[in-house]
Amino acid sequence: MGEIILEMKGISKAFPGVQALSNVDLELRSGEVLALLGENGAGKSTLMKVLTGIYQKDEGSIVYQGKEIEIPDTKTAQSLGISIIHQELNLAPDLTIAQNIFIGREPKKGFNLFLDEKQLNKMTQKLFDRLNINLNPREKVENLTVAKQQMVEIAKALSFDSKVLVMDEPTAALTDSEIDSLFTMIRKLRSDGVGIIYISHRMEELKKITDRVSVMRDGTYVGTVGTKETTIDQIIAMMVGRQIYHNQKPEIKNRSHEKVLEVKNLNRGKTIKNVSFELNKGEILGFAGLMGAGRTEVARAIFGADPFDSGEISIKGKKVQIKSPYDAVQNGIGYLSEDRKQYGVMVEMDVKSNVAIASMDDFLNLGFMNGTKINHQANEMVESLKIKTPSVHQLVKNLSGGNQQKVVIGKWLTRNSDILIFDEPTRGIDIGAKDEIYKLLINLAEQGKSIIMISSELPEILRLSHRVIVMCEGMITGELQNDDNISQESIMALATKRVG
Amino acid sequence: MESQVVLNEKKKVQLKSSQAIQQFLAFASLIVLVLFFSLASPNFFKFDNIVGILLSTSVIGILALGATFIIITSGIDLSVGTVMTLCSVMAGIFISSMGLPIIVGVLGGILTGATAGMLAGLAIAKMRIPPFIATLAMMMIAKGLALVISGAAPIYFTSYPAFTKIAMGQMIPGIPNAIFIFFLMAIIGGILLNKTIIGRYTFAIGSNEEATRLSGVNVNKWKMIIYIIAGIFTGVAGIVMASRLNSAQPALGQGYELEAIAAVVIGGTSLSGGKGTILGTVIGALIMSVLTNGLRILSVPQEWQTVVVGAVILFAVYADVLRNKKSK
Repeated sequence: MGEIILEMKGISKAFPGVQALSNVDLELRSGEVLALLGENGAGKSTLMKVLTGIYQKDEGSIVYQGKEIEIPDTKTAQSLGISIIHQELNLAPDLTIAQNIFIGREPKKGFNLFLDEKQLNKMTQKLFDRLNINLNPREKVENLTVAKQQMVEIAKALSFDSKVLVMDEPTAALTDSEIDSLFTMIRKLRSDGVGIIYISHRMEELKKITDRVSVMRDGTYVGTVGTKETTIDQIIAMMVGRQIYHNQKPEIKNRSHEKVLEVKNLNRGKTIKNVSFELNKGEILGFAGLMGAGRTEVARAIFGADPFDSGEISIKGKKVQIKSPYDAVQNGIGYLSEDRKQYGVMVEMDVKSNVAIASMDDFLNLGFMNGTKINHQANEMVESLKIKTPSVHQLVKNLSGGNQQKVVIGKWLTRNSDILIFDEPTRGIDIGAKDEIYKLLINLAEQGKSIIMISSELPEILRLSHRVIVMCEGMITGELQNDDNISQESIMALATKRVG
Repeated sequence: MESQVVLNEKKKVQLKSSQAIQQFLAFASLIVLVLFFSLASPNFFKFDNIVGILLSTSVIGILALGATFIIITSGIDLSVGTVMTLCSVMAGIFISSMGLPIIVGVLGGILTGATAGMLAGLAIAKMRIPPFIATLAMMMIAKGLALVISGAAPIYFTSYPAFTKIAMGQMIPGIPNAIFIFFLMAIIGGILLNKTIIGRYTFAIGSNEEATRLSGVNVNKWKMIIYIIAGIFTGVAGIVMASRLNSAQPALGQGYELEAIAAVVIGGTSLSGGKGTILGTVIGALIMSVLTNGLRILSVPQEWQTVVVGAVILFAVYADVLRNKKSK
């Protein structure tokens, strides 16, 4: 490990309504791999976006190679030698490897009028030789596996002479042998003196590849420890914090052991592996896990939004065929997506139309819409769900996030769906409104609705669910009763447990 | 929270007024055009000329009514011009060649439009072919079929005066029926779009297709229904066209689709979907005919008329872009 190459001090960044980062420190040495850890929403990505010029910090300073610098845009970051490899790869599939690496910096010839393809491929080959990469620069990117595309991204980043390289979940889409070769490459870069910030959710990788671990929580900096001097349990404890939540466990009033939904051996490609579970009447079943664990995928498969390869779904003891959301809705399932604007509401339409859209058959009179009936129903929903809107004629885009969520809830209550799947029900909703949504969920369960609640916020899971299912990489890694033995740590341990 | 509601209330007022402004703008442009041409030429604001304008609006107008539905779903239909011709030809075959009753010929023509719409809808909804390509293909298929079926020669209805009466008869003396058919279709379109489930899903699909699907709406089915409805409008336009010309002209039709789209767009319907009105389309179609007619009366050469219409389309869409920017 060498000198300190990068120091971020007291970084703060606010977005409207959210303090994403407050007073965060980070220190990186050249020739080290520093793990940056934290739960979803802890602020890791925001911090890295500040570092690479995608966001501008509100406060704090960045010292790089001994000098305080400003990073107004990504181009500046690149020319300084700070590069990031995003989780989603940014390559043009129809271009060759070489064309991708030097995009925007193509060598030219003939009075700068023509591209010098030969020189381009030569430069790429030289880069590959230096990095020990065995790929043909003339190959089209679309023919490469994800792992090889990632190699190209790394090569591209290093073609800028990067001293600092940020890797955001680089192993998320790789197989074990591909991970091994990635690690070989990372070790080579480390020995060449590159400082690497490594973001990952996979605990078992930390010991293998990282030198130190920095932890963030709720937009703040928690601390840094040497990987060798710590245990995974200690790191998890840092991630979830020491605060003890006095669980206001929901009163289980109406809960019976009447099975409402049963899912057996659900499979879909690499994203859902052999998922089986049951949902009882009047129950809130929490689905915990890290981003990409496959929870949303399970929800979408049950709802018919995506096809699945194999598996059985039974509702109230009867096997059902769900091939489209239409089938799911007919069978009494409602789905509230994590991305409301894209999948939940029609923002350009008014409250009443959104409330009625899933139940139009109930509002028809000989093919004509019964406006009075729709108004009446919408007003009833506005009242009972306490939707803050001047009227049911208001366009949904003018409502706050919490109220938009209530409109979606109103849509499914109007439809009278018995099974409700809430995917991140409080994402993008401010704290006051969160509480209201919680009360609403508990209320619905008490009325006998059965609820699946996917949430990345552990306190939310602990506060609301009767039972918790934990997923990791497409599999269910555990099922916990929400009793006194449950803790954020026990859930986190299951959520990072890589099986097979 | 209280203040937020107040703020939203304000936003709503702004929004409502911006929508009203757009409607008003289109209507005001129409009035201004009429006033301008009336002042510029004594021949413009005369009963016969106004009737002529309305008559020449009828075919494009009916096509544009159907296109409004499709454009609100954020689709596009390039086939309406040639499908309209195919409908005329089929009516001609049924009536003139096969000697079937006129009513059968009319229904057959309209059914041809509905079938073409269904096929386009099928290609778009089930085969996932982009609307632009699917209807481009349909445009060429219909064009070819119209020529093949008619033997590339016009089919005349000379021995069937009752057929000509459909569009050119005068239930009210001095006003050809085609104008009433246009307004009747506009009223039907308005009811479909605003009062029925078809219209509600049309807006929902254009506003957010995926959210609509995830609400349990069978989006594929409804898209097909919407294209069938547009096809029915196209069929009616084909009958009116044939009746007006007293013949089915297999070589006509191409180019009408673009004029219909232009009328819809000038009327304030957004090509990105989710927004649009029937009244807007009627006004848009009228603006197009008033422009063409007025420029002709002022003896502007035909070539320049086309240039002016093009400029008007640019201006109308730019106004729409500005409006969307503001409401964001």
